Amino acid sequence: MIDTKQIRKDFPIFKNHPSLTYLDSAATSLKPKSVISKITEYYEHYSANIHRGIYHLSEKASEEYEGTRSVVASYINAPSQSEIIFTRNATEGINLIASTIGVTNVSEGDEIVTTVMEHHANFVPWQQLAFDVGADFKVIDIDENGSLPLKVSGHNSKSKTLVEISDIISKKTKILAIGLVSNTLGTINPVKAIIAAAKKINPQILSVVDAAQAVPHMKIDVQDLGCDFLVFSSHKMLGPTGVGVLWGRHEILKQMPPYQYGGDMIRSVALSDTTFADSPHRFEAGTPNIAGVIGLKEAIAYLENVGLESIRKHEHALTKYAMEKLTETFKECITIFGPADPDKRAGLVSFQIKGVHPHDIAQILDEHDIAVRAGHHCTMPLHTRLDVAATTRVSFYIYNDAQDIDKLIDGLKIATKTFSKKS
Amino acid sequence: MSIYADLILDHYQYPRNNTLVKGATSKVDLDNPLCGDKIHMEIREKDGVIQEIGFTGEGCAISIASASMLTEYAKGKTKKELLEISTGDVLGLLNIELTPNRMKCALLSWEGLRKLLI
Repeated sequence: MIDTKQIRKDFPIFKNHPSLTYLDSAATSLKPKSVISKITEYYEHYSANIHRGIYHLSEKASEEYEGTRSVVASYINAPSQSEIIFTRNATEGINLIASTIGVTNVSEGDEIVTTVMEHHANFVPWQQLAFDVGADFKVIDIDENGSLPLKVSGHNSKSKTLVEISDIISKKTKILAIGLVSNTLGTINPVKAIIAAAKKINPQILSVVDAAQAVPHMKIDVQDLGCDFLVFSSHKMLGPTGVGVLWGRHEILKQMPPYQYGGDMIRSVALSDTTFADSPHRFEAGTPNIAGVIGLKEAIAYLENVGLESIRKHEHALTKYAMEKLTETFKECITIFGPADPDKRAGLVSFQIKGVHPHDIAQILDEHDIAVRAGHHCTMPLHTRLDVAATTRVSFYIYNDAQDIDKLIDGLKIATKTFSKKS
Repeated sequence: MSIYADLILDHYQYPRNNTLVKGATSKVDLDNPLCGDKIHMEIREKDGVIQEIGFTGEGCAISIASASMLTEYAKGKTKKELLEISTGDVLGLLNIELTPNRMKCALLSWEGLRKLLI
């Protein structure tokens, strides 16, 4: 069991905002003191640039920075730390893949496959790549339950019309880009089974997994998933903003052209030619976010100390409670999007309440110190598919408890009361 | 202090001029993709005077209330008078304090009105 009262003591924001109910961790998580202190430690104790510094401050900074790589590798069970590339965020990780191996591997007439529930970060780069090279951009639809209606092993879609993977993936499919957890529906996609089925049809397919909403909340094993690339962001997992991770399979990374050119990514430079460094440095041009990367290591230490299994259980319980309370209180006036079964979803709930616009809900909740997100959550194709302009989303993490949900329900009651028609 | 004052709620729930205009001389469609607000506005102008103005669409309370109040204000005014309305004047009509994120909602109909006039 997670002791949220104890955990909240580790998050300085609650000292400054004691009555804050923060239900927007899917956008960005709060940060524990240990992460903030680690960032300060870098700036106060060994604030030097990494690599090539022949003095002890630089060596210490390099050691802390590179140390994060091995911590991240073991956190997602990557075979080698040279497969861990630091980016600005998950978005940059996907753009890195699209603009390097995406460009060299996808040609006119090929196919790129993604899903309608993707975050724009895992949608727009592929759509634009398809436009640029003249490839087909294929988008897998969702069923009425907010799940992918695919016939793959171990995936019990209740959809009336199941789709065979072979109807979507062909020998021409070069990229399969798919999110592990939907940031709007909360759906946990059967990514492992989908990739396995896709690779049976076309072993050459490159699978890209957007794990930004998964890595902070559940144990992820890249080898078990069988994917080729996986991206996530530090700031959603208690870490600093400005840092993302791209994991890629070694055999693929070693064939990939560089992403950006400049310092730190070269082996040698001459007037007539440049040879590039190997992965990961080949893909990390320029001075990176050193403090941020070092801070991420501390965030992972915090998460591992709490335990990912406990985190998953905690969020599952909160999601179940929130869904029950919302349905019980607002009955037919509320529409909850995504799977009805909490086992099939991560710790977030998006909904609409009849007669109250999501922005008005968020505004009224803010008046009661409850932070939620309202809008399209960077999933406009999904909102179009659901035929709604905007939704309100609440998302949970280790510092949330049932009381937060009770406060949310009270706040929502005020919102509906405010908008009940006076005559 | 809640921004959902009675006046705002009244204009949201019972919007004025929430209709199309017969013999409209100018029409415009605007949206705010961020929150999905969509508004369609029409006017009938004669000799530089706004004889009729109306709007349809969907949006949050702030965008609908502001369209309702602004159209109410605009009816019968001259083009010249209306082009002089500033964003501050619109916020004055609403008589509430808005955060930057909600400004766009409040000013969507103002933007529409200007497009109809220019």
